[in-house]
Amino acid sequence: MSTRTPARKYITANEAVACAARLARVEVIAAYPITPQTTIVEKLASFIARGEMDADFIKVESEHSALTACMGARMAGVRAFTSTSSQGLEYMHEMLAYVSGGRYPLVLVNVCRSVALPWSIWGDQQDAIQQRDTGWIQIFTETGQEAMDMVLQAYRIAEDHRILLPVMICLDGFIQSHTEELVEIPDQESVDSFLPPYDPVVTLDVDNPHTISMGGFGKHYAAWRREQQAAAEKAGEVIVEVGDEFARVFGRHYGGLIEPYRCEGAEAVILLMGALTGTAREVVDEMRADGQAVGLIKVRAFRPFPVQSLRQALSLVKAAAVLDRDCSWGYGGALATDLKAALYSLPNPPAMLNFIGGLGGADVSPEQMKYMLDKALAAKKGAPSSMEFIDL
Amino acid sequence: MKLKEISREELFRSSYGCAGCAAVLAVRLTLKVLGRNCVCVVPANCISTVSCYYPQTPFFVPMTVMAFAATGAALSGISAGFRRRGREDISVVGFSGDGGTADIGIQSLSGAIDGGYKFIYICYDNEAYMNTGIQRSGLTPYGATTTTTPAPCFETESKKDMLRIVAAHDIPYAATACTSYPLDFMQKVARANRVNGPTYIHVLAPCPTGWGFAPDRAIELGRMAVESGFWRLVELENGKLRTTHKPSRRRSVAEYFAAQTRFRQLSPEQIEEIQRNIDRRQAAGQAFSATG
Ligand SMILES: Cc1ncc(C[n+]2csc(CCOP(=O)(O)OP(=O)(O)O)c2C)c(N)n1
Ligand code: SF4
Repeated sequence: MSTRTPARKYITANEAVACAARLARVEVIAAYPITPQTTIVEKLASFIARGEMDADFIKVESEHSALTACMGARMAGVRAFTSTSSQGLEYMHEMLAYVSGGRYPLVLVNVCRSVALPWSIWGDQQDAIQQRDTGWIQIFTETGQEAMDMVLQAYRIAEDHRILLPVMICLDGFIQSHTEELVEIPDQESVDSFLPPYDPVVTLDVDNPHTISMGGFGKHYAAWRREQQAAAEKAGEVIVEVGDEFARVFGRHYGGLIEPYRCEGAEAVILLMGALTGTAREVVDEMRADGQAVGLIKVRAFRPFPVQSLRQALSLVKAAAVLDRDCSWGYGGALATDLKAALYSLPNPPAMLNFIGGLGGADVSPEQMKYMLDKALAAKKGAPSSMEFIDL
Repeated sequence: MKLKEISREELFRSSYGCAGCAAVLAVRLTLKVLGRNCVCVVPANCISTVSCYYPQTPFFVPMTVMAFAATGAALSGISAGFRRRGREDISVVGFSGDGGTADIGIQSLSGAIDGGYKFIYICYDNEAYMNTGIQRSGLTPYGATTTTTPAPCFETESKKDMLRIVAAHDIPYAATACTSYPLDFMQKVARANRVNGPTYIHVLAPCPTGWGFAPDRAIELGRMAVESGFWRLVELENGKLRTTHKPSRRRSVAEYFAAQTRFRQLSPEQIEEIQRNIDRRQAAGQAFSATG
């Protein structure tokens, strides 16, 4: 562990991730403003303007171009950063798949927000979830500290030569992006020791010319895609590995792909991603104090999906209450439906109760979480799965 | 630039382009000027389609394929990356078709020029979406048939004037060219390459498959386009427009149209009207490049 004393400051998660990009010695930034991400872009621009960060800020006219320009910088062998939200992430969609298929290890911070229509600037996780199948590693965070720490870890994960996949760090709009909390900002030397300079496998190199991204038919195409899948699966191990090493250097550990909380002997467990975990923790504490056997699982990695960890954590549980701030229309919440698939073939799987809530910035109160857990406690194993909109 | 100064090295060879493809020629000529110290970006279009399928590539310099709409931003990003690495000596060049430039990629191009990084954006103009089977683009000239403006109808809008559009961005260097005038074109590439900022070259590249003429006539067709006043060879440097080549003989638009099948459905009166338009614009010194 580092012996230096890190700075501690009251800052928002947006400021924290901007600090992380600076500490990661990002050299090229291309981003486009959108609420609630905007202050990240502004902060980075001001770091550069004040000479506190040595990077190129590429002026772009859209998110599609922002991500493309970052990919271009990566092709030239330089570490890049971008950040967006909602409509901006949707607008990047085409390039998200380009970046992952091309195996460019970019890091993007998505400040989760609803997508239109109906139009709303407020938070849910529909934007990130709609990009689930674009080939990005997706990690959801709970606090400003975790968001900052995960940006630093994300570069390690993405640039690992066993992985070479882009990483999307998600934080919740407003709850994290606009709320100040005490954040420990590591010193540059410790970060440098944790995160070495970018060591690209392939670049646009005039001394060693290659066509670095191209087309392919049949077997070649399939072989590349199989490699991509293998890397995405491997990323599960690397996320854990990097998290452990981060803990050794900085003393903070987030538990790997999932973080089970008070799950020992739990009959009912609430599962969720992102900032609402804080509320759920308190509800679980209260209910435990009342003698109820409840627990919590914070799902941190959504892609790769932590199938084994979840099967293990839920094998003895009677019922799972899954809170989704998103919906795969015509099926159900994305976490719930993926979880169902992950638990398939468990000999005696828990009953699954899916709660869709916190949409369009709606508050999810402790009472609502208690309601979910009470329902789960009352559910019987083998009961058919249910889905319910709780904001109404 | 003199003929004997032109490099004999072929840095783009053996593509799957149609016989007589002038777009392929445009890439070949560009790379003769830029040499090995350059990297290429090619969005979805004929050039990427006839070249980059693993495990073969006709590019002997580094290249990447790119999303259709993304050429400008990719050039900016790569150029920024090279700047960070102290390698501003490397030329960063994009080869985008007319659709990739004037339609879906116009926003990214505009943003990239505005962004100010050093690159050469080459729009090779075969006047339609050829790769997907000859559909109209914003650069298909008035009167041409395509598979989305099929006979007995024809394209009813005039060609966007891309040079005026990029000029409105205060671009340090822009030019029009035609593959039938290789020295003129290559000189412009060389000039663009000396500029420390965004540059744009719009090269007319006759397409035997899409325009309907025999593969051995692409050079002749390009000459007819210029000699008829249908296309002009100009250069715009620091806001000053200059004609780089004045054809020594004038041909009629009717002659140019008759050499290809895509204008077949036009009546003599309609062709005369187009001719009058060209004459009027030329007399007025209007429009940098486009006609129609
Ligand atoms: C976003 C998107 N829309 C549509 C396409 C399909 N597409 C590929 S190439 C092309 C036409 C390219 O036309 P142009 O830029 O004029 O180049 P050319 O084919 O004539 O060389 C189209 C429509 C695509 N690749 N991406
Ligand atoms: S369709 Fe036209 S532009 Fe495309 S490869 Fe063939 S000749 Fe060249």
